[in-house]
Amino acid sequence: MTEPAATLLQVDHLTMRFGGITAISDLSFTAKRGDITAIIGPNGAGKTTVFNCLTGFYQPTVGRLELTHQNGKRFLLERMPDFRIARDAHVVRTFQNIRLFAGMSVLENLVVAQHIALTRASGYAVAGLLHLPVYRKAERRAVEQARYWLDKMGLTASADQLAGSLPYGFQRRLEIARAMCAGPVLLCLDEPAAGLNTRETDELSGLLLDIRKEHGLSILLIEHDMALVMEISDHVVVLDHGACICHGPPAKVRADPAVISAYLGTPEDEAIALTRGSR
Amino acid sequence: MPQTGIVFRGEIPARMTIDIFLQQLVNGLTLGAFYGLIALGYTMVYGIIGMINFAHGDIYMIGAFVALIGFVVLSTVGIASVPLAILIVLVLAMFFTACYGWAVERIAYRPLRGSPRLAPLISAIGMSIVLQNYVQIAQGARTKSLQPIVHGQYSIDVGQGAHVSVSLLQIIIIVLTVALMAGFTWVIRSTPLGRAQRATEQDATMAALLGVNVNRTISITFVIGASLAAVAGMMATLYYGVIDFYIGFIAGIKAFTAAVLGGIGSLPGAMLGGLAIGLIESFWPVFFDLAYRDVAVFGLLILVLIFRPTGLLGRPEIEKV
Amino acid sequence: MAAADRQRPPFVAMLRDSALAAVVAALLAVPLLGVRLVDNAGGLTLDYRLPLVLYAAAAVFAGRLLLSLAGHFLAPSFRDMTVSLPRMPRNSLIIVGWVLVAAAVLLPWMPFAERNLVDKLTLILIYVMLGWGLNIVVGLAGLLDLGYVAFYAIGAYAYALLSMHFGLSFWICLPLAGLMAALFGVALGFPVLRLRGDYLAIVTLGFGEIIRVVLLNWQAVTNGPNGITGIERPTLFGLSFSRAADGPTFAGFFGIEFSPVHRVYFLYYLILALALMTTLFAQRIRRLPTGRAWEALREDEIACRSLGMNPVTVKLSAFAIGASFAGLAGSFFATRQGFISPESFSFIESATILAIVVLGGMGSQIGIVLAAVLLVGLPEWFRDLSEYRMLVFGGAMVLIMLWRPQGLLSRREPTILLDPKPASAGATVP
Ligand SMILES: Nc1ncnc2c1ncn2[C@@H]1O[C@H](COP(=O)(O)OP(=O)(O)OP(=O)(O)O)[C@@H](O)[C@H]1O
Ligand SMILES: [Mg+2]
Repeated sequence: MTEPAATLLQVDHLTMRFGGITAISDLSFTAKRGDITAIIGPNGAGKTTVFNCLTGFYQPTVGRLELTHQNGKRFLLERMPDFRIARDAHVVRTFQNIRLFAGMSVLENLVVAQHIALTRASGYAVAGLLHLPVYRKAERRAVEQARYWLDKMGLTASADQLAGSLPYGFQRRLEIARAMCAGPVLLCLDEPAAGLNTRETDELSGLLLDIRKEHGLSILLIEHDMALVMEISDHVVVLDHGACICHGPPAKVRADPAVISAYLGTPEDEAIALTRGSR
Repeated sequence: MPQTGIVFRGEIPARMTIDIFLQQLVNGLTLGAFYGLIALGYTMVYGIIGMINFAHGDIYMIGAFVALIGFVVLSTVGIASVPLAILIVLVLAMFFTACYGWAVERIAYRPLRGSPRLAPLISAIGMSIVLQNYVQIAQGARTKSLQPIVHGQYSIDVGQGAHVSVSLLQIIIIVLTVALMAGFTWVIRSTPLGRAQRATEQDATMAALLGVNVNRTISITFVIGASLAAVAGMMATLYYGVIDFYIGFIAGIKAFTAAVLGGIGSLPGAMLGGLAIGLIESFWPVFFDLAYRDVAVFGLLILVLIFRPTGLLGRPEIEKV
Repeated sequence: MAAADRQRPPFVAMLRDSALAAVVAALLAVPLLGVRLVDNAGGLTLDYRLPLVLYAAAAVFAGRLLLSLAGHFLAPSFRDMTVSLPRMPRNSLIIVGWVLVAAAVLLPWMPFAERNLVDKLTLILIYVMLGWGLNIVVGLAGLLDLGYVAFYAIGAYAYALLSMHFGLSFWICLPLAGLMAALFGVALGFPVLRLRGDYLAIVTLGFGEIIRVVLLNWQAVTNGPNGITGIERPTLFGLSFSRAADGPTFAGFFGIEFSPVHRVYFLYYLILALALMTTLFAQRIRRLPTGRAWEALREDEIACRSLGMNPVTVKLSAFAIGASFAGLAGSFFATRQGFISPESFSFIESATILAIVVLGGMGSQIGIVLAAVLLVGLPEWFRDLSEYRMLVFGGAMVLIMLWRPQGLLSRREPTILLDPKPASAGATVP
C-alpha cells in the first residue's frame, strides 16, 4: 500500500466557471508527498483559482480534489467547507495579497493560528477561564511553537509589534510562519516571493527547502519568479487560460515549446506584466 | 408618544377583494414614494462615503416643519392659489433643508473622514438627537396640524359596484416622486456631477488626484439627499396634516431599511426597497394585526438578507480571495 | 499648517470665515428659530422671533472666531494635550483601574456620599456593565450591533415574568435571564451570520425594534405599554430590605434600625459586583483562544477560515456572551426599579450604549467607564437643564467624537507577550 500514500493530492477534471468566464477548464494533475509542486502561468491563467478551489473558498463547478494523508485517510476537498479543509485535512494557505491580522501583534498572529489545539486545551474556554494548569501549559507550548517560527523567519525582534506595521517582506514571512503554526500537511503558497528583493528571494528558497526537509511537508507553490521555481520545485504544472499545457520536472517544462510560446516567450513583456500583476 | 410618521389611513378591511386590493395598492404606492425619496438620501451618502447618515430621518422631519411653516406664512401673506403656494413652499423647503443637510455634513461628518468606521456613525446619532431636540425646543413638543390644502378625490369604478378612491394629492405625490427620481437618475448617469460622484464613490483618493473636488462632491450629495427628503417632508405635511419633532425617527429607520432592502448604495434599489416597504405596510393590516406592522417590515428585511445578503439590487459582494 | 502661516495671523481670512459661518447659521435659524408655530383655536398662527436669528448668528460668529484664534495661538499646546493624554504606560492604567475599583467600593462610606449620589452611580454602573458587555460584540468581534438594548429588555422581562409567575427569587432568575438573553443572541446571530458591517447594523436595529414592538403589543404576557409593576426586590441571602416582610429582614437580622438607604447601598454593591464580573470575564476571555478568535475575525474573516476557525461558532459565541451580560444587567434593572415597561428599551438606549463603547475607545475598559460617566452621569447631574438636557447629550456625543475620533483611551494591549518580563511595559506596541 505504498502506492496510494505516495500521491498526496489528486486533482481530476477540475473546472471552475464564473458566469460566462471559465477560469479553469478540465484541469488534472497530481502532487506527490514531500514534493514542492509549482503552478505557473501568465497572469489570469487561473492559478489562484486553483488554490481557492483546493482550500474551499470556491466551490468548483466540476471536479474531484482528493487529498490522502500519510496514514491513508482520504479527504474529498470539494465537499468540505473551507475551515474544515484547514482544520481536518490540514491544507493551509497563504494569500496573494497578504492577509494578516493587522491590528494584532506578530506573536498573536502565530498563536491564533494554533486556535484549534488551544481551544481544545482550554476546554472550550472553561479551563482557560479558571486558569487551570492544563491550559497554561498548552499556551506555553503554543508560544514555544511560535518562538520557533519567529526565530526561523527572523522575526523574533518584532514579536510584540503590530503585524500591520511590519515591512512588506516581513509580512510575507509572517504569513508563512502563521500557516506553519497551523500545522499543515500541504502548504499552499500564493506568490510568496512577490515584492521581495533578490536577497530576500534567495533566503526564501533556502527556507522553503529547509522547512520541507525538517517538517516533512509538501508544498504547492504559485510563483512568477522563474529562477525560484526552477531552483526548488520537483514538479511544475503550467497553466494557460485555465488549462494545463504542460507538466513535468523543471528541466522538461523549461524546454517545452508550448510553454515558451505561452509564457516564457517574451521575457521583457512578462517581466513588466509580472511586477504589475502581483499586487 | 412615538408617533409613526406615516400612518395607515383608511379602514381595515376583513378580507381581500379587488377594490380593496387596488385601494391598498394606491395607498402603498403613495407610502412607497415617501420611503423611496428618503431612502435615496441614505443610499447616496452610503455610496459615496460609506457611512449611515443617521440624522437623515431628522432632516426629513425638518423638511416637514419648514414646509408647514411655509404654508402658514403664505396663508398669512394671502397667497390663495394652491399650486403657486405648493411650488413656493417646495422651493423654500428644499432650500432650507438643503442648508441643514450641508451644515450637518460640514460640522459633524467632514472632520471625521478617515477616522475609524464607527466614529461618524456615533457623530450622526448624536446629530440626530440634537436636531430632534432643537426642533422640539424651537417649535414645541406638541403635534402640529394643518388643514387640508389640496382637495379633490376621484372615485374609480372597478366593476361590480366597487370603487377605488384616489385623491388628487396622491396623484401629485406619485407623479412628483417619479419625476424627481427620473431626473435624478439622469443626473447621476449623464452629468459631470454624477460622474464626479461615481468616481468619488469608487476611490476618493484617486478621484481627488484626477481633479475631482471631493469635498464639494460630497457636500452636493448631502444637499441633494436633503432636498429629496424635504420633498418627502412637504408631501407628508400635506398628506397627513399632522407632524411633530419625532416623525423623523421612524420614517428614517423605515427608509434606511428600504435602502438596505434594495441594496444599499444602489439608487434603483432604494426606490424598489421603498416601494416594497410601502406595499407591505399597506397590505399587512388587511390580513394581520396592524400593531405588528413594523415587525413585518423588519422580518421581511431579515428574510431578504438571508437569501440575498446584499439586498435586492445590491451588487453581490464577490469574495475575491 | 505651514510654519509661515503662523508668523502673521491671517485675521482677514478668519473674519471672512466667521462671517460666512454666521450667514449659514442665520439661514439655518430663520425657518425654525425665527418663526414659531403657535396652536390657536382657529388653527396655527405664527410668532416671529427674529432677534433669535441674530443672536444665533452672532453666537456662531463669535464662537467660530474664538475657535480659529485659539487654534492659531494655542495650536501646539492644544495638540500636545490631546496626544499626551493616552500615552500612559500600561502599568499605570492597571493601577488606575484598581484605584477606581477601590474608590467605587469605598465610596458609599465617604462623608459626602448621600443616597442620591449612590443612586446615580448605580445607574452609571448599569451602563458601564452594558458597555463592557457590548464591547465584546462590537469592540472585540467587530460586529456592529445597534439593537443591544433588546437583550437588556429580554433580561428584564425574563426576571419580571419568572418571578411573577413562578415565584423564583432574584438569585435564581439572574443566571436564567442571562441564559435567556444568550439564547436570543444566538437566535439573532443565525440569520445574520453572512451579513457584513452595515447590513448587520440595520438588522440588529430591526431586531431591537421587533422586540420592543412585541413587548408593547403582546398584552397577555407583557401587559403592553403599562408594563409590569411590583417586581420582586432582591434579598441578601434571604434577608429582605423592606421594613416588614414575611421572612427575616436585613435590619432585623443585624439588629439595626430600618432605613431605605440600605437597599440603595445593597443595589449599588450588587451592580458593582456584576459589572466587575463582566470586566474580569472580558479581560480574561480576551487572552483565551475564544477572545483571540473574535479579534482575528474582526481583522480578517477569510484568514480566520484559512486557519481552520469556524466563523459561525466564533460569531455566535460573541453574540451569545455579549447578550448574556445585557440579560444580567436587565434583570438587575428590573429588580432595582420594581417596574419595567417597553419605554425603557427604546433605540436611544442602544445608541447610548454603543456611543459609550465607541467614545471610550473600543476595547478600553477604563475608557468605557469614562465615557459612561460623561454620557450618563453628566446629564443626570444637569437635570435642571430639563428640556435642554437631551440637546446637550447629543451635542456632547458629536463634540467628543470630533475631539477624539479614536475614543478617549484607544490603545490596544497585546493579549500575550513573547517575553513578558524583560519587555518594558507599554513600549512595545506603537
Ligand atoms: N470570484 C471571481 N469572480 C469572477 N471571476 C473571477 C473570480 N476569481 C477569479 N476570476 C477570474 O478567473 C481568472 C483567473 O484568475 P486567477 O486569479 O486565478 O488568476 P491567476 O493565475 O492567479 O493570476 P495572477 O498571476 O494575476 O495572480 C481571471 O480571469 C479572473 O478574472
Ligand atoms: Mg493569482
